[in-house]
Amino acid sequence: MPTFPSRPHRRRRVLAVASGGGHWVQLMRLRPAFDGAEVHYATVDPASRDMVAPAPVHIYPDANKDTRLRLILATLRLTVIVLRVRPDVVISTGAAGGYLAIRIARLIGARTVFIDSIANTRQLSVSARLAQRAADLVLSQWPAVAARTGAQYRGAVL
Amino acid sequence: MIFATVGTQLPFDRLLLAVDTWASMHRDVPVVAQTGRTATTYSHLTCLPQMDQRRYADCVAQARVIVAHAGMGSILTAIEAGKPVILMPRRADLGEHRNDHQRDTAAEMAVLSNVTVVEDSATLCTAISAALTRANDPALAARSNVASARLLDAVRDFIWSEDTRSARSGFGLRPVLRA
Repeated sequence: MPTFPSRPHRRRRVLAVASGGGHWVQLMRLRPAFDGAEVHYATVDPASRDMVAPAPVHIYPDANKDTRLRLILATLRLTVIVLRVRPDVVISTGAAGGYLAIRIARLIGARTVFIDSIANTRQLSVSARLAQRAADLVLSQWPAVAARTGAQYRGAVL
Repeated sequence: MIFATVGTQLPFDRLLLAVDTWASMHRDVPVVAQTGRTATTYSHLTCLPQMDQRRYADCVAQARVIVAHAGMGSILTAIEAGKPVILMPRRADLGEHRNDHQRDTAAEMAVLSNVTVVEDSATLCTAISAALTRANDPALAARSNVASARLLDAVRDFIWSEDTRSARSGFGLRPVLRA
């Protein structure tokens, strides 16, 4: 196990955000890194609750840049979620909802990291590129993509 | 059972028609398909447009072989379960996706022992039959379901970093991550 800070630290509340499908599966693979923190999840599929119980799961409408109305609804819902959870840290594995949560969470001073999907082997996703202007840290899971885009590389979900 | 899955975003008739053809020649093997929204009917497949996480996990657990588009959810779930997975990447020139990133993803994932990548329907059918013979292949042992130690460390360090920022005072601060 990696080293934790040796002196006692205050609790950290983490909001972990992912859309469905591969984004959620990749977030699940990061769960050991959340040990010791108070974790809230936000995702699009209520059936995901079973996988992380008893951690609280907040649901927002799935949206992308081609679904304008749903994007607005997702923004409103994620605003409510962020204000309720008041996270210290927001972690997202995408996609659009993760970027939105990061934008909103910055306004309340949370630190934010966006981890682009391992599917993006050649370039960053649109959400990751937007997140580069909002998040404290944007990671690509491919060293060559990171080197080309200004994102950081810190390993991958595989 | 064979499980075919194409994600929920876009239809993928080329994959499902090929699997339907295979199923018509192998009536003794049930084939369940998660089809997304499609107007096409597949007479030899048990079709569901969408599945929730639970149902999806059940299908993966029961499947002897998984046939999927090159979406990361399909790929990761299959390899975590130690199942052989056949990937047919979506092609932009056939209107199957907005771009060709699935071909790049499939090319990168082809190094995994569980993964076979196919480009056309005939190869897909051959690959299903071949994968069915791999049931006891030790190379298919279930893989770890967690990220690499390096990425877990990076996320853990980010969470516990002392670089806290008070509300509305930190705009423009760039990340300070312990190496």
